[in-house]
Amino acid sequence: MAKGQIVAGCLAPHPPHLVYADNPPQNEAYSEGGWETLRWGYQRLARKLKNIEYDAIVIFTPHWQTYIGTHFLGLPQFKSKSVDPVFPNLFRYNYDLTVDVDLAQAMHDEAHAEGIITKMMTNPDFRVDYGTITSCHLLNPEWDKPIVTISSNRNTHYYSPEVMVEQATALGRACAKAIEESGKRVVLVASHSLSHRHFVEEAPLPEDMSREHIYNHSQYVWDMKIINMMREGKSREVIDIMPEFTEQTMAETEGGGLIWMLGAMGYPEFSAEIYGYQSVIGTGNVIACWDPNDETREYVL
Amino acid sequence: MSESNEPEILFGVYCPPHPQPLLSPDANAGYAKLRAAFDECRRRIEESDADIILVYSTTWASIIGHQIQALENAVWTHVDDDFHYLGSMPYEFAIDTEFAHAMKENSEKRGLEARTVEYEGFPLDTGSVVALQLLNPDNRIPSCILSSNMYSNRAETIVLGKAVRDTLAQQGKKAVVVVVSSLSNRMFTEHIDPAEDRIHSQKDDDWNRKILEFFGDGRLEDLSQLSRDIHGQIRVQKVVAYKPAWWLAATMGQHNNYDGEVLAYEALHGSGGAVITLTPASGSVGDKEFDEDDVEFYRGDRNVLDRGMLE
Repeated sequence: MAKGQIVAGCLAPHPPHLVYADNPPQNEAYSEGGWETLRWGYQRLARKLKNIEYDAIVIFTPHWQTYIGTHFLGLPQFKSKSVDPVFPNLFRYNYDLTVDVDLAQAMHDEAHAEGIITKMMTNPDFRVDYGTITSCHLLNPEWDKPIVTISSNRNTHYYSPEVMVEQATALGRACAKAIEESGKRVVLVASHSLSHRHFVEEAPLPEDMSREHIYNHSQYVWDMKIINMMREGKSREVIDIMPEFTEQTMAETEGGGLIWMLGAMGYPEFSAEIYGYQSVIGTGNVIACWDPNDETREYVL
Repeated sequence: MSESNEPEILFGVYCPPHPQPLLSPDANAGYAKLRAAFDECRRRIEESDADIILVYSTTWASIIGHQIQALENAVWTHVDDDFHYLGSMPYEFAIDTEFAHAMKENSEKRGLEARTVEYEGFPLDTGSVVALQLLNPDNRIPSCILSSNMYSNRAETIVLGKAVRDTLAQQGKKAVVVVVSSLSNRMFTEHIDPAEDRIHSQKDDDWNRKILEFFGDGRLEDLSQLSRDIHGQIRVQKVVAYKPAWWLAATMGQHNNYDGEVLAYEALHGSGGAVITLTPASGSVGDKEFDEDDVEFYRGDRNVLDRGMLE
């Protein structure tokens, strides 16, 4: 069996606004559009992924928040309706997805062997979080690949951002080892924004783009600093500065997704592909991809 | 409505959000005590003359202002993110939509951002589901649930409580108000044998017991004043502040004149879980260390320290 490999790593923010703006048949809410910079970026990245051969998407989500270790979806199918608890007016999505349970179990076992607290989630009534659904929908609207969802163990709040770096990196290493031993080709997804301070009021028409802007300039400057480091291939430095970035901008990196993904990819030194940056209800969101294949890696934006 | 145009709040309940008392009460003697305390509260609610059970849940976080559950018949099967292996929680709750919509209007009149949520399949949080399943299993009394805005701080949370009072008085409804929150909220970060559950640390236990003393003495407003200390000492910093005491105190009248009763205090995977009741009382105003005779009119210092212990 050939060694498995990570064929791409995507930073894929999950504001439900983006699905709402797309008006897919699965979502009950209707919009007049909005947030095109991000949605068009997602569409371009989705087209790229269509041209990459892969077996599964492994997604790390901050909206499955676990305090007792890291949990993995552990049943082959989940079908239900996901309603966003914060933006139910925008996101009521009927999903029907498949899980690569063998891969989930392999990552669980490898992480467990490394001393990481783990748990397989096998309750059939469990509702898959909207972060998973939003990012996966936008990256693969056909839902024709199985996924594995990994929960966010809340180390930043329980301990510190530095502990999160250590824990998520260890989890990333374990997942990479499990992927290699599985023989599968896998797309990793870190599902989150960068800066993450929201406005606490919503425009009467949520997609009214005349109302959309970053919450404050400090967040914008920090986001740009991180994105520039990604462009320059300084992923190790991105992780090094992550605790300060997380504290300064209330960044959703606190969930550990990007740390996990870059750790699994061995801190790539090549440039990240940037597909778009835009605010959503004040938060800063970038779509980025780390393509380890020198022949297919692009300069997108 | 009462003669004074004040809302009639029959009593308040403080209870934990964790699912063990609902799903695995026999896994640990402490869980069983918490379950018995929930059952006692349920009995008292059933025997009360309440028109509504109003829940403020710290495990329902909102961002766009304050969200108010308004779906008349909220039906789903809930599964907890961490404790999914304990089982599913099917529920069907009858929501007082009239209260929900008026609460939104009264919140806005007081300057708050607020909105009702009225969507089939809306994900009620574990704390709300546990509380309402145990306190009102047969939907004998309609309920309503309020979110905890993750950015709101003291002033906003207190005004939210005042909007509750406005609404209850306006509608002439007698209420039992329920706060769903842990005391110390640090759980063990590994899986444990439930039989060996205990409070995470001695410090958490010490603080919890001090808080319980205050509750037992009916010193709700004093607890409200101590919220920031409590947040700094025994709360994992997931949100900006420990708000339930602010909300409960504002909703129940911002004083210390209650009969407090701690029905149970036990560990829930390391966190501090307590079931407490606070019943408005008369006759104890001004006899507590930081209590005031009258919060509306200044009548001078009470010289508490001068009186000493022997008087």
